[in-house]
Amino acid sequence: MSALKTLWHRLGSPRWFFEISAPWATGLLVVGLLGIAVGLGWGLAIAPPDYLQGDSFRIMYLHVPAAILSESCYMLMGAAGVVLLVWRMKLADMVIAAAAPIGAAFCSIALVTGAIWGRPTWGTWWVWDARTTSVLVLLFLYFGVIALRQAMPREETAGRACAILAIVGVIDIPIIKYSVDWWLTLHQPSTFKLTAAPSMPPEMYLPLLVSVLGFYAFFVGVLLLGVGNEVLRREHRTQWVNDLVRSRAS
Amino acid sequence: MSFESWHDFLYMGGHYAFVWSAYGIGVVGIAFILLRPLNARRRFFAEQAQRLRRQAGAESGEYDASRTA
Repeated sequence: MSALKTLWHRLGSPRWFFEISAPWATGLLVVGLLGIAVGLGWGLAIAPPDYLQGDSFRIMYLHVPAAILSESCYMLMGAAGVVLLVWRMKLADMVIAAAAPIGAAFCSIALVTGAIWGRPTWGTWWVWDARTTSVLVLLFLYFGVIALRQAMPREETAGRACAILAIVGVIDIPIIKYSVDWWLTLHQPSTFKLTAAPSMPPEMYLPLLVSVLGFYAFFVGVLLLGVGNEVLRREHRTQWVNDLVRSRAS
Repeated sequence: MSFESWHDFLYMGGHYAFVWSAYGIGVVGIAFILLRPLNARRRFFAEQAQRLRRQAGAESGEYDASRTA
């Protein structure tokens, strides 16, 4: 318990976070990119074709991880929003700032690959049903958080406004998750459930699992990189950042 | 292996246009996510190094052309 408390206090120091996170960022990026390459390659070339969809189902190995990450990223932003508003921890604001563009990119990948997959499978690029519409709303929430920060001149006010939007927007996540159960939809239900075995044979879901884990590692790595950038930008007048700049330049 | 030949692999059972365009967009997206913060980091260090050089120049009383521009 006291170790947790120490960690919590240390997170209040952006410098400590920057120094501790740098090697993790590199390691996670390498592991993540490797996982993504293995998962996608396995899914594209080795996994058996779907009995109904043929080879178009291979888009799943990209579409599903991108969609999962776009939801996880938003939930992280909501949690960081609570931490910022309750404890005034600056690091939480930096997490929201760094996570929003990453989440927007994952969400765009999920929407575009979903549309491309929908064409041969559903016979249409787009339907205004619950799942697709709620994911489109998620993309607009990401754009909102990004735009809000740029629209407000004072960093502290902007951070609080973004935190509030991040927290309120979390309501969209359960709507996305349960949209395929609550409403009639063309979209298939979840592949992985905590309460039941996957609805696919292992030859099909193992590459998906590797791809999802690779995407998670990649996301955390790239997020640490982005938060590190925020730390540097906000502390660029401090002695330790100046020393770092000098040691890099020489 | 799920495919007999390279041709079969690229053909994707006739769904090549969908599968490969989706993966192309995915690769571009992942590259964007990775390169954006890497570029920002590089730019930050370049800008700050320049700022420190300028500051050091001003303190030592050197003529700094960039300040008069």
